[in-house]
Order: sequence, then C-alpha cells, then structure tokens
Amino acid sequence: MDVLTENFSTYGEGFLGTVELTVYASILALVLGFVMASFRVAPVGSFRVFGTVWVTVLRNTPLTLLFFAVLLGLPRFGLVLPFKVFAVLALGCYTSAFICEALRSGINTVPKGQGEAARSLGMTFSQTLSQVILPQAFRSVIPPVGSNIIALAKNSAIAGAFSVTELLGTYRTLNELGYSIIWTFVWIAVGYLIITLTISALFNFLEKRWGVAR
Amino acid sequence: MAVDPLIELRDVNKYYGKLHVLQDIQLTVGRGEVVVVIGPSGSGKSTLCRTINRLETIQSGSITLDGQPLPEEGKGLAKLRAEVGMVFQSFNLFAHKTVLQNVSLAQVKVRGRKKDEADKRSRELLTRVGLEAHAEKYPAQLSGGQQQRVAIARALAMDPKVMLFDEPTSALDPEMINEVLEVMQSLAREGMTMVVVTHEMGFARSAANRVVFMADGKIVEDRAPEDFFNNPESDRAKDFLSKILKH
Repeated sequence: MDVLTENFSTYGEGFLGTVELTVYASILALVLGFVMASFRVAPVGSFRVFGTVWVTVLRNTPLTLLFFAVLLGLPRFGLVLPFKVFAVLALGCYTSAFICEALRSGINTVPKGQGEAARSLGMTFSQTLSQVILPQAFRSVIPPVGSNIIALAKNSAIAGAFSVTELLGTYRTLNELGYSIIWTFVWIAVGYLIITLTISALFNFLEKRWGVAR
Repeated sequence: MAVDPLIELRDVNKYYGKLHVLQDIQLTVGRGEVVVVIGPSGSGKSTLCRTINRLETIQSGSITLDGQPLPEEGKGLAKLRAEVGMVFQSFNLFAHKTVLQNVSLAQVKVRGRKKDEADKRSRELLTRVGLEAHAEKYPAQLSGGQQQRVAIARALAMDPKVMLFDEPTSALDPEMINEVLEVMQSLAREGMTMVVVTHEMGFARSAANRVVFMADGKIVEDRAPEDFFNNPESDRAKDFLSKILKH
C-alpha cells in the first residue's frame, strides 16, 4: 500500500501519460480507420489498393518495430517531433488498421440492396456511405471497435520503452527506490484497469444507446 | 412504335465469368412506353433491367438513355441514376430511416430541395400510394406490400424519366401483390416510361405496350402482349406459357 501513497505523483504522471496517449491515439486511429475503410470499399481501384496496403503493412508489423521505424526512421527524413507525438502516430496508425477492418466487417453486414437503392436514387459514393451504409454499420461495429481501443490502451505501454512517460514505465523508478516489485505492479495493473474498464463502460453505453435492437 | 426512343440497348453482352448472361441484346424503349420483360429464372431479365442504370456493368455494346451513353462510375453516373427510378424485389428501404425520411433523403441530398419542400412532396407521394398514415413508421413496421409502395414513392420523388421494376411483387404475399400492381397500373396510365421485370402475366396483358420474352440470355420475342400471349412464335415461349398459364 505504501508504494502507492508515497509515490502518488509518479503514478499519477504515468497514469495521465497513458490516458493522454490513449485518447490522442484513439482519435487518430478512429479517423484513419474510417478513411481507410472508406478507401477499401471505394469504387476507385487505386483507393482500394492503398487501403489494402495500409492495412496489410500495419496489421502485420510488430508494434515495437513500428515504434522503432517511426521514432528512429522519421527523424532521418528531417521530421523531428517530440517522442510523445511519435508514439501517438505509431499507436494511432497501427490501431487504425484494426479499426478499418472492424468497420469494414460492419459495412459488410449491411445488405447490399441498401447501397444499391441509394445509388439508384442518384446518391454519390460518399453520400451512400455516410447517409445509408455507415449509420447502419456503426451499430454492429461498436463491440469490436471497443476491443481495439482497449488493446490500444494496453499497447501504449510500449511507448514507455522509448522514454515517453506512461504508466508501465513508472515501475523502473519505483524499482530503483527499492519498493516491492509485486506491489508496484499491482498498482500499475489497477491503473490500467481503471482506463480499460472506463473504455468498456463507454462502449457498453454506446451499444445500449445505438446498438442493433434484436 | 417507339418513335422517340428513351432507352436504347445495342449489342449488349455481359458475362459472369464464363456464363454469357446477356447475349447481343437489342432493345429500344420509347418515351411513355411500358415494356414488360418476362422469362424463366436465370434468363437474364433482372440483369438486363439492372444494366440500364449500371448497377450491373456490361462487357460490350452500348446503352443510351435519352440519347446519352451511360457514363463511367462517378458524379455523371449518379446524376443519370437520379433520372432513373428503380424498384427492387426486396424493397431495399433504408432500415434506419422512417418512411418519410426514406422518401425525402435523396430529394434533399441529390435534388437539393429544402427539407420541408421535400417532406411536402414526400407526403403527397405517400398519399398517392395510400400510406400517408405511416409516414413516421420504420420500414420494419410495415407489411411487404406497404414497403414496396413506399419504395415506389421514393423512386417517384426524384421525378424520374423512366422507372425500372425488378420483380417488384416476387417477394410479396399473394394478397399484397394487387396493391402494388394497382400503383404500377396507375403510373402506366399516366404515361410513365416503365421497364418491368415480372412474373405477373395479368399485369403484362393489361398494362404493357410490349412484352419482351427472354430465355438463356437472349431476347426471344418482342411483341405486343395480345400477340405474344395468344400466338407465341418460338417453342421456348410456347413451352414457358404452357407451364405458367396452366393453373
């Protein structure tokens, strides 16, 4: 118990770091995932190819490798940003590939006739997607998108290895101070639980509010 | 007949892999004409109907609508589709929108009408198909026949030049077929250009200017309904009619 009360500010900083990474990377992942899912169902071939390559590359690359590529690679091309921004980029892009596929599976649950009806009325591709397909797909993708955001929150721990302040990384400081490793980790775990359970609760609420009525 | 062609298909061919589903189709539909397409399952009649607004692409040949060849996928095609109303076998009403929203959506998004203007027009059309009382319901709360009438109102709301009906009554209970056919009959009487794929021979006899009989991807006969039903020329048509008119 002492380890928490005596190092509350260390834990707090780490906790807020993880929350920050999660929130920003989630927003990036949702936006990019949305764009990529649109690309993957677009009538234009080159868009589909781009979306497919994006998903294939990011989904099949270990996240740690992606962190290395972003944090060490981008500065070589003259792009120097704070590590935290790089971490958000890496996490957001990585998760966007999974979000994209969750959205796409949702799009596929909407009967084909819905899109055909919209197109036959003269609606453009983007109108069809935004007015007819996505509002219906949205209801069935709430659970898998929730899972992906939770995974993102936990994956943010990797950023700690690249000297970004986040929750898991606090163990190093505390360990050096000689605290029991078990209790250090118990409190870290509690921190993660607070974040992931909050995300779960949020998505449960969304599902109750918008989910498919059966 | 057909002095003023609205839809013209010339040498249209379509394949699904090796299957040659439309073979050298020639078809002209004049303004104000009602053409009923009949034929056995798998003869390509639905596919033919769907090529006219390019829901199905073709491999060769040309399709023109009011003198304009069908454009490639994009804004131009969307614009053209707005001129072609389509009614599907499975209704395809937007499940997440009310009846009124279904009819108004494309008026606002495609025709650029104001929302109240669109809703006013929608209510007129719903009254016309006898469903004004159901405007605030969701499609799932309506019977099949009611849904199909909403779908017709939705297509009419765009003020199309032509209406395509792809087996509009095939998914309906027998007692609901008439309410849909009546709406179609009245459209035909008002001079709407219509292409109707159907198994309703009664409708073909009473409303059609021409009957197109398809089998195995080809147009076998293209004649006035009385001629066709009383004196089919081809063996294929005789065989088909003998099977369906027996009961």
